[in-house]
Amino acid sequence: MSTAVQSGPSRINARTVGMTLYLLFLLVPIYWLLNMSLKTNEEILSTFSLWPQHLTFANYMVIFTDPSWYSGYINSMIYVGLNTVISIAVALPAAYAFSRYRFLGDSHLFFWLLTNRMAPPAVFALPFFQLYSSVGLFDTHIAVALAHCLFNVPLAVWILEGFMSGVPKEIDETAYIDGYSFPKFFIRIFTPLIASGIGVAAFFCFMFSWVELLLARTLTSVDAKPISAAMTRTVSASGMDWGVLAAAGILTIVPGALVIYFVRNYIAKGFALGRV
Amino acid sequence: MEKTFNNKAWFMVLPVVLLVAFSAVVPLMTVVNYSVQDTFGNNQFFWAGLQWFEEVLTSERLHDALIRQFIFSAVILALEIPLGIAVSLCIPKRGVWSSFCLVLMALPLLIPWNVVGTIWQIFGRVDIGLLGATMAALGIDYNYTQNAAHAWITIVVMDVWHWTSLVALLCFAGLQSIPDAYYQAAKIDGAGRWKIFRYIELPKMNRVLLIAVLLRFMDSFMIYTEPFVVTGGGPGNSTTLLSIDLVKIALGQFDLGPAAAFSIIYFLIILLLSWVFYTVMTNYGKGEGR
Repeated sequence: MSTAVQSGPSRINARTVGMTLYLLFLLVPIYWLLNMSLKTNEEILSTFSLWPQHLTFANYMVIFTDPSWYSGYINSMIYVGLNTVISIAVALPAAYAFSRYRFLGDSHLFFWLLTNRMAPPAVFALPFFQLYSSVGLFDTHIAVALAHCLFNVPLAVWILEGFMSGVPKEIDETAYIDGYSFPKFFIRIFTPLIASGIGVAAFFCFMFSWVELLLARTLTSVDAKPISAAMTRTVSASGMDWGVLAAAGILTIVPGALVIYFVRNYIAKGFALGRV
Repeated sequence: MEKTFNNKAWFMVLPVVLLVAFSAVVPLMTVVNYSVQDTFGNNQFFWAGLQWFEEVLTSERLHDALIRQFIFSAVILALEIPLGIAVSLCIPKRGVWSSFCLVLMALPLLIPWNVVGTIWQIFGRVDIGLLGATMAALGIDYNYTQNAAHAWITIVVMDVWHWTSLVALLCFAGLQSIPDAYYQAAKIDGAGRWKIFRYIELPKMNRVLLIAVLLRFMDSFMIYTEPFVVTGGGPGNSTTLLSIDLVKIALGQFDLGPAAAFSIIYFLIILLLSWVFYTVMTNYGKGEGR
């Protein structure tokens, strides 16, 4: 610490130390999973080491070659993608309406939308199962995508409304005077202005759809089974298959890490739901 | 911003209303339907009145789960909000390091919830987990599958690990909106670190803090997957929170009536609390002349 005190004001160093400790706290459990995914089951259970003694990618090979594993990733990707597209598509006009107009029952409607974000998925698990079974959508990607709209659409409306309210109304009026029709104005002028907002909203839809398990698991059995549900079946005859479980876990972190890299500059504003 | 009154805006909201009605109102009506009926199978239902509500409201099991749930949410808020503020003050203000820290911090938020559970389940195991092994090496008899207190500490630490970044990122967004001039003025006035925090940073963070409290309260109140994976509600019922209990009744035992009544009570509690938060939040926004 003595060198640290000499090199600058102590406040900066307290910050760095605090940040380092926090990041360590976050990363150590993830590192432990990574560490396990690179070991064989024998090594996991017999020796205790901070890094793999016999580096192996066998666990990852299992996942990439076994269709029941990798189809889980594909299924998750499909319904997450569908959900993001649907949510943004319906939320864009609604958010525009909320940010630009007053209309009958607008505040009630806005609150009602928000209550759906607060609805516990556990409450909806059983009714969803029955609803989607009765319309023949059980075990399809679209069923999960629609079910996740329950909490993603309100969130997308909320975020987009925040970003849209930051765009001055004069821009709309100028465009109309210049002879733009509404759809043309919306696509050519307005959408590019709130591009970062759309990116953030899409990121959040991706995130909450990707991490949700209860509804996704309840609504699927084989054809659309998400990867997170596939992870619950790593118990084999010889006990838990820890290595493969850890490798599957690491692979579920990768898409999130990739997506977050693209929106890193908007992340802070996005988490404040465009309301700072 | 001045908004014009135009009821045609309803047409733009219509897709959202239809979609959410399909995915929220229809299932919710099913729940209401079940909550007042009884069945002996074969899809034959008959009116049961408020029987299920009485049964659920007087059941010891729900009371215990509800109390546990409130304690859990209170502990989560008490830990994550101050910690999140502290962490947000530690994030570098700009530059490469700022992005680097933000990306790393957001990482736990993007891990599927059952994987979060799996990570901590493994991490806490005495035989193969770093945390469990460290505890054992320190001579602490740590076992989250048998000791209720240890199970509680594990799921609380797990939630802090999982969600503190959300609070920190929100607060950081608030901090970033403070112009440099404020800090310069504070420097001229000779304000110390605490005064800067108390009179400049905290007031600017108020709005995002409200969002943070709202989101963290709601999400911790309906938490299911993570504690379920780690402890499965046990040992005994010590970590059976509301959602875990509900899923046990609804999908485990298929007791439709009590599960539906339980759902409605659960949903009403959340509705009431979110209304309180929402009112506080919007009134606060007006007070600031938004």
